[in-house]
Amino acid sequence: MHHSFLDSLSVLDSPLRRLDPRAKLAGLFFFILLCVTTPPDLYSAFAAYLGLELVLLALSRLPWRQVARRMLIVLPFILVVAAFLPFFKKGGGSYNLGPLSFSGHGLMVLWNVAAKSTLSVLAVILLSSTTPFPDLVKGMRRLRLPELLTSLLSFTYRYIFVLTDEVQRMRRARDSRGWSGRWLWQARTIGHMVATLFLRSYERGERVYAAMLARGYDGSLPLIYDYSFGEAEWAFASLVVLFPLAARVLSYGLG
Amino acid sequence: MHHRPAIEIRGLTYEYPEGTRALDGVDDGVDLIVEEGESVGVVGPNGAGKSTLLLHLNGILGGRGEVRICGLPVIKENLKEIRRRVGLVFQDPDDQLFSPTVFDDVAFGPLNMGLSREEAAREVRRALAMVGLKGLERRPAHHLSYGQQKRVAIATVLSMRPDILALDEPSSNLDPRARRELAELLQGLRVTKVVVTHDLPFVFEICERVVILDEGRVAADGGAFDILSDEELLSRHGLELPYGFYPRGEDRREREGRRADLD
Repeated sequence: MHHSFLDSLSVLDSPLRRLDPRAKLAGLFFFILLCVTTPPDLYSAFAAYLGLELVLLALSRLPWRQVARRMLIVLPFILVVAAFLPFFKKGGGSYNLGPLSFSGHGLMVLWNVAAKSTLSVLAVILLSSTTPFPDLVKGMRRLRLPELLTSLLSFTYRYIFVLTDEVQRMRRARDSRGWSGRWLWQARTIGHMVATLFLRSYERGERVYAAMLARGYDGSLPLIYDYSFGEAEWAFASLVVLFPLAARVLSYGLG
Repeated sequence: MHHRPAIEIRGLTYEYPEGTRALDGVDDGVDLIVEEGESVGVVGPNGAGKSTLLLHLNGILGGRGEVRICGLPVIKENLKEIRRRVGLVFQDPDDQLFSPTVFDDVAFGPLNMGLSREEAAREVRRALAMVGLKGLERRPAHHLSYGQQKRVAIATVLSMRPDILALDEPSSNLDPRARRELAELLQGLRVTKVVVTHDLPFVFEICERVVILDEGRVAADGGAFDILSDEELLSRHGLELPYGFYPRGEDRREREGRRADLD
């Protein structure tokens, strides 16, 4: 198995790809913060956010189709809210769709969730698809996130596929010996597999730690950072923070 | 100057935390001296204590007895220097390579030694060139072939310019070509080598001296040809030459002649 679903697109060269990950991390973080705190009825502000993201998407040279496919992960959230729509409290007028009736208030909640989750997820996709994961983690470290957290992320990135490969080998060995998964007594096997996986991972952890010690590890992972925070980074960060901020303030006037 | 062997092990025994004892075949423990520039193959059946011995060379394990590396005793105060001098390569590249990219992994040792990033980057380029993998810096280890992973694992210690290379089962799971490339790579490295393995032809190829470790003691120690051609000795210690393989003294002499020509 490969890392492809994580950051396969991050090899594409683009102005966004070359930016210091810190600018993208901090800028898009504040962008999302601004977005989710915007009152849902400031429609023109949301239009401005989307416009900004589309400009960034064009700059990133990411294939639209794949971005759209990744966007699908917001759908379940929107659908859950939509399913509860008829039960929202009344108010703000009512609308009928066949036998169902929705309140204007409920529709506003749906719009709120749909717009904000879509915009936020698109921002995260812009970040993760233009930044190789190792660089993203290094950016986090340079932004002073706790090293425990960033090391954890970095080891997860390194070992998640080692683990999934191990699970797959175990499943093949299990199924080769006639395991059907149809009977309740076979559930024990799952428990054994989980325990085995835990033990193997634990032992691997010890070997990895020994390998780290063998090369002089003293409690802190070294960090080589190839980016610098220059004009382009300041320009990007101010664009993704100031433009939506201005749009939000102005749209109070527009309503 | 006083004579200092590369590795000096005297009276070593070890007891694992759970109580299993290793290297306890004789009462006074294991003795082993490796001279500078030697290539020593440590062979023996499973559970003989080979890997345990290896982990003592840089103080990952600390048993009873004395271990000295280039005259330096393996004690806490010397660990930093000793871990620079002893490049330990683990059997499974998934254990050795724990960083997100090849570059980060090969730079790990040099940066821990306190090199600047420019110096470390230079060491990375040098080490990757030595193992024939230039240009793979940005790749995640997971995307490399197994043979490439093994060679990157060796590069991660070559970047620290070790005096001693200690390898645990370097040839395991390699296909024939990757195995031959690894043998050629190791032959080309002019450092003291300790190779722990079951792969007797591999040992014959890269080591001039062979030590048989069995039941926690040194059962035999001598020239590679003398030990590996003694089938009776091998079988007494659970070792067998692969079918169709017979070490020939001429091969060794021929190769050593070639090596002497290179010097």
